[in-house]
Amino acid sequence: MSDAPALLVRGLSHDWGRKPALRDVSFTVARGRFCALLGPNGAGKSTLMSVLTGLIRPAPGVVAVAGHDMARNRRAALAEIGVVFQQPTLDLDRSVRANLRYFAALHGLGRKRADARIAEALELLGMDERVDEKLRALNGGHRRRMEIARALLHRPRLLLLDEPTVGLDAPARSAITAHVHQLAREGITVLWATHLADELRAEDQVVLLHKGVVMASGEVRTLVEGRPVTDWFNVAMEQAA
Amino acid sequence: MSALSAASAIATRELARFVTQRERFLAALVRPLVWLFIFAAGFRAALGLSIIAPYKTYISYETYILPGLCAMILLFSGMQSSLSLVHDRENGAMRLMLTAPLPRWFMLGAKLLAGALVGLVQVAAFLVIAALFGLRVPATGYATALPALLLSALMLGALGLLLSARIKQLENFAGVMNFVIFPMFFCSSALYPIWKMQESSPLLAKLCEINPFTHAVELVRFAFYGQLNLEALGWTALATVVFFVAALRGYEPARTRSS
Repeated sequence: MSDAPALLVRGLSHDWGRKPALRDVSFTVARGRFCALLGPNGAGKSTLMSVLTGLIRPAPGVVAVAGHDMARNRRAALAEIGVVFQQPTLDLDRSVRANLRYFAALHGLGRKRADARIAEALELLGMDERVDEKLRALNGGHRRRMEIARALLHRPRLLLLDEPTVGLDAPARSAITAHVHQLAREGITVLWATHLADELRAEDQVVLLHKGVVMASGEVRTLVEGRPVTDWFNVAMEQAA
Repeated sequence: MSALSAASAIATRELARFVTQRERFLAALVRPLVWLFIFAAGFRAALGLSIIAPYKTYISYETYILPGLCAMILLFSGMQSSLSLVHDRENGAMRLMLTAPLPRWFMLGAKLLAGALVGLVQVAAFLVIAALFGLRVPATGYATALPALLLSALMLGALGLLLSARIKQLENFAGVMNFVIFPMFFCSSALYPIWKMQESSPLLAKLCEINPFTHAVELVRFAFYGQLNLEALGWTALATVVFFVAALRGYEPARTRSS
């Protein structure tokens, strides 16, 4: 199990009624990699995220997180995952600390351990001074950082982020992208769903999703062949259309 | 241990939310008090009560409706919890809970229990006010009614949970509530004994008899006098299980499908 990839997806398909959302999706993400799940709106990224977080049951496909099969051993798989959903999931009238303590308790962390992890995660995200502020008082960028800090509390091996920069201004977007790349360098595996190609870096892995189908997969620098990532993405989308 | 801390966090969040919503608490108290002090005052003359179990003497109308009003508080509280569940689903908090590494039945059960505790707090406040105005049950009755109130709260909360699994949008909630709260409350023994209903309409009396809310009311009524109404207990427990299992099915993750 220690040799297992951080994330394995194999043969995954899903329909929303008659509308196909995912078609035979397969890819793996090795430990400690930053993998971008890149695709335009409607590509199936959020559906895939729902499967990866156990909100949609993977059948007949396979999803395994650090070797734990999501269908057979959901709890062990979920324990390895930290999630930042596309839609913010916050109690706006409670403090940063209360929000984080709630999440820590859901993951079975006792108060003392939770408080230590909260301090650690907030410091990592440059948010330690905000711990007693109500969420409603924070701007969009800080709320997102709080959600990333929250996703790290139980020390997951895999961090899933679904369009985490949507709705943020350019500086906040850039800061969060940099923070999460830094997390990957420190050993956390990241799956970052986005429709913005400029958030990718040459050393990242990318899975290009279009209309529920994996169009390309590999290291960014290899795939783009010297072009800017946005140009490569635009050409790929034009060819797919 | 980890499951316990998760359950305790869910309960704390629910209570904290309730405490910060003062209007909700006031509304929960005012509603039954209006029934008790205004409706009952006008209605008692129109309704003659005979001696019925568990009462040993003639009782005032206010005494008769006390258990029904406690159950009404729990009914509204259960529906309020389900409203907050729909809200949680819309704002994503539900997803956060369902992606925690604990069984889904446990998380939803903890949410149900938390909602039931909030309902019990409201009933306790109502009973204190009623007692201050001289409307009391035997002192031990408060203790013996507690498990009955808890089970009733769980049953009505489970019904709310089931509704929240089916109602997809907050906007649709008010309409659905009207179809649940009012028929459940009025078609029960909360405000009038079923034999009274029988005089007017045997069909309605039959509906009252099969209404789980009637059984919750009767369970509480007998418990206030230290008596166990086995039939009411059985039906209330059965309804709790059926509603909860159906709600769990509603919250089951969708399955991926290959075409």
